[in-house]
Amino acid sequence: MASGIEAVRSSAPALKRQSMPRAKRAAIVGIPAFFVLAITGSASFGLVVAALIFCALYIPAWKTLPAGKWIVPIGILLIAIFYPIYQPNLFDVLVFGNFPSVDTGVTMMIFIMMALGLNIVVGYAGLLDLGYVAFYAIGAYTVAWFASQHFSNVTLHFGSVGVAETTPGIHLSIWIILLIAGAFATIGGVLIGFPTLRLRGDYLAIVTLGFGEIMPQIANNGDNLFGHNITNGPQGINPIDPPGFGNTLHDTVGLPTDYLSSPNSTRLFYWTALLLVVLTAFCSARLRDSRLGRAWIAIREDETAAAAMGVPLMRTKTWAYAGGAFFGGVAGAYYGSFKGGTFPGDFYFNISVFILCMVILGGMGNIWGVILGAAFLSYLNQEGLANIGAWMNANGVSDFVFGKDIDVPLYTSGIFGIILVLTMLFRPEGLIPSQRRKQELHLGVQDEYLYDVEHHDEPLYDREDA
Amino acid sequence: MATEQARVRVAFPGKRPDVLTIVGLLLVAAVGVWLLVNFIKAPADFYNLFLIGLTNGCVYGLVAIGYSLVYGILELINFAHGDVFMLGGMLVATMVTDWSLQNKSGIVLWLFILLMLAITMAFCATINTTIEIVAYRRLRNAPRLAPLITAIGMSFILQNIGLVWKGARPTSVPDILPHGAVFTIAGVPYTWNRFIVILFTVPVLMALMWLVQRTRHGKAMRATAQDRDAAAMMGISVNRTISFTFFLAGSLAGAAGLLYALYITNIRYTEGFRVGLIAFTAAVLGGIGNLPGAVLGGLVIGFVESFNNGLGWHAPGSDWTQSIIFAILILILVFRPEGLLGERTPEGA
Repeated sequence: MASGIEAVRSSAPALKRQSMPRAKRAAIVGIPAFFVLAITGSASFGLVVAALIFCALYIPAWKTLPAGKWIVPIGILLIAIFYPIYQPNLFDVLVFGNFPSVDTGVTMMIFIMMALGLNIVVGYAGLLDLGYVAFYAIGAYTVAWFASQHFSNVTLHFGSVGVAETTPGIHLSIWIILLIAGAFATIGGVLIGFPTLRLRGDYLAIVTLGFGEIMPQIANNGDNLFGHNITNGPQGINPIDPPGFGNTLHDTVGLPTDYLSSPNSTRLFYWTALLLVVLTAFCSARLRDSRLGRAWIAIREDETAAAAMGVPLMRTKTWAYAGGAFFGGVAGAYYGSFKGGTFPGDFYFNISVFILCMVILGGMGNIWGVILGAAFLSYLNQEGLANIGAWMNANGVSDFVFGKDIDVPLYTSGIFGIILVLTMLFRPEGLIPSQRRKQELHLGVQDEYLYDVEHHDEPLYDREDA
Repeated sequence: MATEQARVRVAFPGKRPDVLTIVGLLLVAAVGVWLLVNFIKAPADFYNLFLIGLTNGCVYGLVAIGYSLVYGILELINFAHGDVFMLGGMLVATMVTDWSLQNKSGIVLWLFILLMLAITMAFCATINTTIEIVAYRRLRNAPRLAPLITAIGMSFILQNIGLVWKGARPTSVPDILPHGAVFTIAGVPYTWNRFIVILFTVPVLMALMWLVQRTRHGKAMRATAQDRDAAAMMGISVNRTISFTFFLAGSLAGAAGLLYALYITNIRYTEGFRVGLIAFTAAVLGGIGNLPGAVLGGLVIGFVESFNNGLGWHAPGSDWTQSIIFAILILILVFRPEGLLGERTPEGA
C-alpha cells in the first residue's frame, strides 16, 4: 500500500515533464485553428469534429502546463464571445438542425445564471429548493417597477436610457436595478429561509414549493393588493426600458447608448448576458472555495459533524439561500429587461423544476457541469425540441415509430421528467460530476438531522430508523 | 411520580404561555368569529358551502391518505401521487363517454359505477406500484433527496401522459349522478351526487383502517414503517410490503379520481398536481403518517376552500384560495410539523 503511493508520487513529475511539449503544441495549434475555421465561414462539419477530437485528445496534457488550468476556460470563453459573429456561417448538425440563434443564446445565458444560483443552494449546501422561481419573479418585477411607467404618479429618472426625461414612472439605470434586484431577492431569500431552514430536507423542499406557488398568485392578483396596483395583474408590466449606457459614456468610451436602438441589439444583449454569466461563475467558484463555501459542503455532507465542528447551521444555510437568491434575482431582472416586459405566467412551478433539472443533469456542485446542463436544456426548450421534431417528421422517423407526425414540444415536460428520473437512477452525479458529490451519492451518506436546540426545547422529530 | 413531573415540565417549559401559541389561538378565534358572522348573515349559503366543503374534503382526504401511507413507510413525498389520481379521473372520463352511461339509469348505472370503481382502482394501483418499482426501489439507500427528485420527474412524466391523452383543455365528464335531495336543511337540499361521495368514502376508509390495524399485511406495514431492518430480520418481505403500500395508496387515488371526475364533472391534466398539493397539505395538517389525521386534514382544507371561495362577508375570494392553502402548509410545517393529531409513529402504531 505504502509503496504504491510512493510509486505514484515518484512517477508524477516524470509524467508531467514528458507531456509538456505535446500540450504546448496542442494549445498553439488547436485553438487558433478552430477560430480560423469558424470565422472564415469554412467551418464544415468534418473540420469542426476534427478540431474537437484534436482538442479532446490534448486536454489532459494541458493541465500540466504552468497556466494550463486556464487554457480550457479561456478557450471556451473565446468560443462563446465570438459566437454571434461566426454563428451565421456554421453548418447544420444532423437531427438538431442549425446552431442556436443568438436570441436563444441570451436565454441560455440567463438560464445558466439561474442554474448557477440554484447550484449554490442545491449543489453546495444540499438544500432542495423547489421554489427557486420566486427569486426570479422578484428580480423580474424589480426591473418592471424601476424601469417602466408602472408607478406613473411619480417621475424619477436616474441614468435611464431610451425614454424621454418627462416620461412618468420610475426609470433607473439597468445596472443599478440589477443590483437592487439581487438585493431584493436576497432579502426575499432570507425572509423565506429564516423560518424554514431548520426543517428537514424534504419538508424544506415542500415549503419552498409552497412559496414558489404563492408567488405567481400574488403576481396574478397583485393589481389590487389592498387597493394598490403592484403587479398589474395578468397583463403584466410592459414595456420595460432597454438597457444601455447613456450618452455620456457613448461619447467618451463608445459604449452603446441604448441596446434596442442599436443596429445589432441581440448581440449586445448576448455579450452583456455572457459577462453576467462569467461574473456569476467566478463568484460561485470563489464562494465554493471560501470559508463559507467549505461550511456549506460540510453541512451537506454531515450536518451533525459540521455543527460539532462549530459551523453555525442556521446562519450558514441562510447565507446559501441568500447567495442563490441573489443570482436568481439578477437573472430575473436581466430577463425582464431582455424581454421588455414581466408577465405572471412566467413564474410557475415547472420553471423551478426546469432549473433544478439543469443542475442535476449537469452535475450538482460542479460549475462546468451546471453550465453545460443549463445551456443544453434551455437550448432544447427554446429551439432544440422543435428542430428535432421537425427533423423526425420530415424524415419519416415519426411515421415509422408512432405512425403519424408528432409535435415534439408537446412532450417537453415529459422529456424533462425522464431526464430527472434517468439521471437520478443511473448517473446521480450528473454529466460532469463534482468529485465529492459523486462519492457521497455512491457511498450513500446517511442524512441524520440535527435538531436545532436554540429553537425547540424538545426535538421535533424522533428519527428511529437506522 | 418524578417522571410525571418531568414530563409536565417538558410540555410546559415556561410559566408564561408561548407567544406563538397565543398568536395561533387568536388567529383561530378570528377565523371562528368570521365564520360565525357569515353564518348569521346568510345561513343558507353557509350550509351549502359546508356541504361543498364536506364533499371536496372527502376526496382530498382519500388522496391525502395515499401521501400519508407512503410517507409513513418510506419517508418519501410521492409527488407523482396526485398525477396518478388525475390519470384515474381521465380513465373514468373515457369510460363514461365510451359506454355512454348518461343514457343509463337505475341499477344498471350503479353496477357500471361499481365496475368503474374497480377498474380505476386497479388501474391506479398498477401505475403506482410500477412507479415504485421503476423509480424508487433502486434509491432505497440513496440520500433522501434522490427519490424525491425522481418523484418530481415521475410527476412530470404522468402529467405529460395526461396532456397527450386528453389535450390541454379540460375534459368534461357527462353528469351521470342523480341530483335529487337526500334531505333538506334550511331550504338547502343535500343532493345525492354529494351524498354518494361520502357513501363511497366511508366504507373505503373503514376497510383501510381494518386492513392496517387488524390484518397481517397491516402489521407488516407498521413494522416496516417503524424499522425496515428489524422488520426484514423478523421475516417480513420489505420490498413486497412497500409495493403493497403503494398498491393501496394507488387504489385510494383511483377511488378519489372516480369520485372527483363524477362529482366535479371535468378533469384536466394539471388537476393532479393541484389536488396533489392540496392533499399533501391536508396530510401534513393532520399529521403526516397518521391516517385519520389525513382525512381530518382533507376535511379542514375542503372547508377552508369552500368557505373562502363562497362566503360573502370579507372572504379573500377564490383568487387567493391556493395561496391560503399553501400558507397553511408553510405555517404548519414551520410551527407544528407533527400536525393536528400530532402522532409521529406512522399508521397509528
